[in-house]
Amino acid sequence: MKKITKILAIIMVLAMTACLFASCGKSASGTATEGVLVMATNASFPPYEYTEGDDFAGIDVEIAGLIAEELGLELKIEDVEFGSIIGGVQSGKFDMGMAGMTVTEERLKTVNFSDTYAKGVQSIIVKETSSFNSFDDFFEGEGDDKQVKNIKVGVQQDTTGDIYCSDTVENGGLGTDHVIQYKTGNDAVQALVAGKVDAVIIDNEPAKSYVAANKGLRILDTAYAEEDYAICISKDNPELLEEINSALSKLKSSGKVDEIISKYIAA
Amino acid sequence: MKEWFSDLAGQFRLNFIDGDRWTWLLEGFKMTLIITFFATLIGILIGVVIATVRSTYDKNYESMKKKGGIGFRILSFFNKICGLYLTVIRGTPVVVQLLIMYFIIFASSTNSTMVAIASFGINSGAYVAEIFRGGIMSVDKGQFEAGRSLGFNYIQTMIHIIIPQMFKIVLPTLCNEFIVLLKETSVAGYVGIRDLTKAGDLIRGRTFSAFMPLIAVALIYLAVVIIFTKLVARLERRLRNSDH
Repeated sequence: MKKITKILAIIMVLAMTACLFASCGKSASGTATEGVLVMATNASFPPYEYTEGDDFAGIDVEIAGLIAEELGLELKIEDVEFGSIIGGVQSGKFDMGMAGMTVTEERLKTVNFSDTYAKGVQSIIVKETSSFNSFDDFFEGEGDDKQVKNIKVGVQQDTTGDIYCSDTVENGGLGTDHVIQYKTGNDAVQALVAGKVDAVIIDNEPAKSYVAANKGLRILDTAYAEEDYAICISKDNPELLEEINSALSKLKSSGKVDEIISKYIAA
Repeated sequence: MKEWFSDLAGQFRLNFIDGDRWTWLLEGFKMTLIITFFATLIGILIGVVIATVRSTYDKNYESMKKKGGIGFRILSFFNKICGLYLTVIRGTPVVVQLLIMYFIIFASSTNSTMVAIASFGINSGAYVAEIFRGGIMSVDKGQFEAGRSLGFNYIQTMIHIIIPQMFKIVLPTLCNEFIVLLKETSVAGYVGIRDLTKAGDLIRGRTFSAFMPLIAVALIYLAVVIIFTKLVARLERRLRNSDH
């Protein structure tokens, strides 16, 4: 009787291990849906991601397409609010987030980031007639008396531009009273055109597109901050992080990433 | 279980204590209340005016049409304007109206709170107008005739006899409209206003956790609505006393 129980136990353990291996084999990359790589983005960030008719286009979209190809998966893009991307990735709703996203200390607490694939610059857009020529022009007084002028700066909510600007003056920001957070970068630029804000701080590439599309705007020569863009992946999925990193390094060494970037950004 | 609790405490600290983020919620809550309060006032003001025009037209349409004359033409002109207002405002989403107000109509204004109050007030006015008109029309015709036969003129009858009865009829629906308005102001974030919902969103965008900020925001809205509903229930009970 005892012997039979033992044998049964062994058979069950074996069966379970087999199941485990089987399920591992099925979705090698451990994506939420088998065979599909779900990418979350906020498609109002040209030239990194934007919509062209019913399709998505941009640097991130094309690089994601190549990564999915490398991993043998089908790419599916979900267009969500920028602030919902990291939460959604961590909870497993999306496999990865790719939205011109900068690596920050705070974000690293919640998700893993891949290697960098592009460099971003936070630029300042003002009206052509504006007297501002650098970020320092937003302040008046010296030393301890240094304070922000009576101005408002528009940003896209939850982007690094927002997070930096909303910080205190001591930490290099402007303080929340001087920042208006809009849902999209486009809204912020429209507010600048209408004269509701004095400047917009946003990533350089979209900034160029906005300035090209709206008359009477210019980008300041001195940038506000420089940063690295990366893909965010859930902390619960280190396998996918590794696979994406190796796919990225392959694409980078073959020159394909540079090819895509230079296609969208005229040097 | 213990781990779950300590995790919860950590989440609480991260979302509300660190960087004094609870003050964002407080500021946002104040903003929500300010917008709701003034928008309600504007809404009731617009509602009263439009309901007066529309119900006067409805009530006197037949008798005035026979007589014709300039008075009837003016009244029907204003009635048409009110009808147009109701159609446009009720036929478009409040977010779209807010964005139109912010980016087009009041494009030059830098006071976004005022713009939000105006657009929520104008929006609410359309609904309040119909609530009031429904109330006026549902007071029995005999009440009006009794007032007139006692020597009151049209306006006196309205003020002393119809409106007090109407108020009791519309109170529950009016309360409903206020609750809807309070929650509708949650879209104010679209034009960069830091209201309660936006405050929760901003916390979410910085801590990347959904649970704490969203639940906190939901509880605050819920608490306001519960308190308000209790107050209105008490008022209704008071008004009912005069029925006996």
